[in-house]
Amino acid sequence: MSRETRGAFAIVAGDAQADRVVPPTGFTAWLTLFSAAAMAFLAVFAVALALATGRLADRWSEELARTSTVRISAPEGQMAAQTEAALKVLRTTEGVKSARALSDTEQRELLEPWFGPDVPVEALPIPRLIEIVETGEGYDPQGLRLRLSAEVPGAVLDDHTRWRRPLVRAAGRLRFLGWVSLALIGGATAAMITLAARAALAANSQVISVLRLVGARDSYIAQAFVRRFTLRALTGAAVGAALGVVAILLLPRAQAEGGFLTGLGFQGVHWLWPLAVPPLAALVGYVATRAAALGTLRDLP
Amino acid sequence: MKRRRCKGAAVIELENVAYSYGGGELLSEISLTLQPGSFHFLTGPSGAGKTTLLKLCYGALVPTAGHLSLFETEVRSMTRDDIALARRRIGVVHQDCQFLDHLPVADNIALPLTVSGRDTLEQESNLKELTAWVGLSHRAHAFPPELSGGERQRAALARAVIMSPDVVLADEPTGNVDWEMSLRLLHLLAELNRMGKTIMIATHDLALIRAAKTQVQARVLRISNRRLQLAGADL
Ligand SMILES: Nc1ncnc2c1ncn2[C@@H]1O[C@H](COP(=O)(O)OP(=O)(O)OP(=O)(O)O)[C@@H](O)[C@H]1O
Ligand SMILES: [Mg+2]
Repeated sequence: MSRETRGAFAIVAGDAQADRVVPPTGFTAWLTLFSAAAMAFLAVFAVALALATGRLADRWSEELARTSTVRISAPEGQMAAQTEAALKVLRTTEGVKSARALSDTEQRELLEPWFGPDVPVEALPIPRLIEIVETGEGYDPQGLRLRLSAEVPGAVLDDHTRWRRPLVRAAGRLRFLGWVSLALIGGATAAMITLAARAALAANSQVISVLRLVGARDSYIAQAFVRRFTLRALTGAAVGAALGVVAILLLPRAQAEGGFLTGLGFQGVHWLWPLAVPPLAALVGYVATRAAALGTLRDLP
Repeated sequence: MKRRRCKGAAVIELENVAYSYGGGELLSEISLTLQPGSFHFLTGPSGAGKTTLLKLCYGALVPTAGHLSLFETEVRSMTRDDIALARRRIGVVHQDCQFLDHLPVADNIALPLTVSGRDTLEQESNLKELTAWVGLSHRAHAFPPELSGGERQRAALARAVIMSPDVVLADEPTGNVDWEMSLRLLHLLAELNRMGKTIMIATHDLALIRAAKTQVQARVLRISNRRLQLAGADL
């Protein structure tokens, strides 16, 4: 076993003797626990935000990439002819993979959320919709619009990209900010634990000098501090992460279409994320305290 | 680790060592060889640098000039871990006897075993014996702040020798105890010396030195004017 693995093992297994040589530190212990819990709580939200906005951005850009619609508004008698004409134009347009007129049933389904199931859609003068699936490169909307206006007077090209693209960008940015927040929370946790560890080391300078006098190695002395702060970070973060998950589970539910806010949860393997928060906090605590302890000890005679 | 050859197998060797805390030189041209099994007293006026010289001898300070070897290894080439390992072979009785105040006396005496991972059952009986040897059996479960000055010094001596070190460096080990206890501590150190341990004691107590001369072959060193002199003749 390498020295590092042994060190990590000793953290878990515990070395009561090594722990006892440093006096207990009541108040800072509680502060560390509390801060770790608060940071873990925030971290769970940051992860949830990043994952939810990520899902949103993916869904939107996937839909974006694939489809746009042509809307045909024409008098009853010309509807079929104009639809046919528009489909012909679309079939010969470069960048259009396929074009298909929606059936009445499909159109009714689209309108249902707005008018309810009992509205006689057939009786309403609603336009016919043609769904366009683009190729990877996409078509030139300006050119298509010109050709349609020349050949199908009642056709309007509805290019979702125009209003959705900024939304996708915003969702993407939000996801990025979620991960940045997580990194900042990690950094703040490391800074907080470093400060606490340094304070504990400074408060115990007499203990350290006695230990050195009787032949303790730096790693032994550091271990006593590292073990404490790692366990505190782990315990605090476990409590904080659990509370964060409960808070997310308690968010009010809405339908699947409820959109972004109610989508703020974990799905499938993403549940591993909140579970990973406490071990990650412990790792941050271990690295930060070890660096602080060995650094401080090196400066002592 | 670079090894320096020197005559015999000196335990601690100083060669033209100088030390200064930043101001002028406190110690100059100090040359001293502690042979295994030797017994030294270190005297000199208060502030002469006795404690400083002992600190050099256990690697707590590094000379500002000259060579210092611990167990034949130049101290400047030793890592912090090397120093820690060397300390386990050097029992130190500190002038102000520092302890871990949150642990009972018995645990403090056993501390060198604890930190070196030699905290075994067999040592447990050693600890009892040693605690009795320094007359602290009844105080074993007390905490250091509850001890008298003399009790602290005896506990410090017990802690210094529990690892059965090659060298014992004691700084005023009898500063706070009555004459009878001084003689008892001296007797303990003389006994260790007869077991082959190297001993160096910094003290003001000339009567103690005289008493020691009847028990062991001791050399008396004196720091005056920053130099180290042999001061046997006038005692
Ligand atoms: N850490 C330090 N920084 C600066 N000066 C120091 C330091 N430690 C000791 N000194 C100074 O060095 C000088 C020698 O100190 P030292 O403790 O070695 O004397 P000593 O011979 O042991 O005296 P005493 O008999 O009173 O114990 C003193 O003048 C002291 O003030
Ligand atoms: Mg002194």
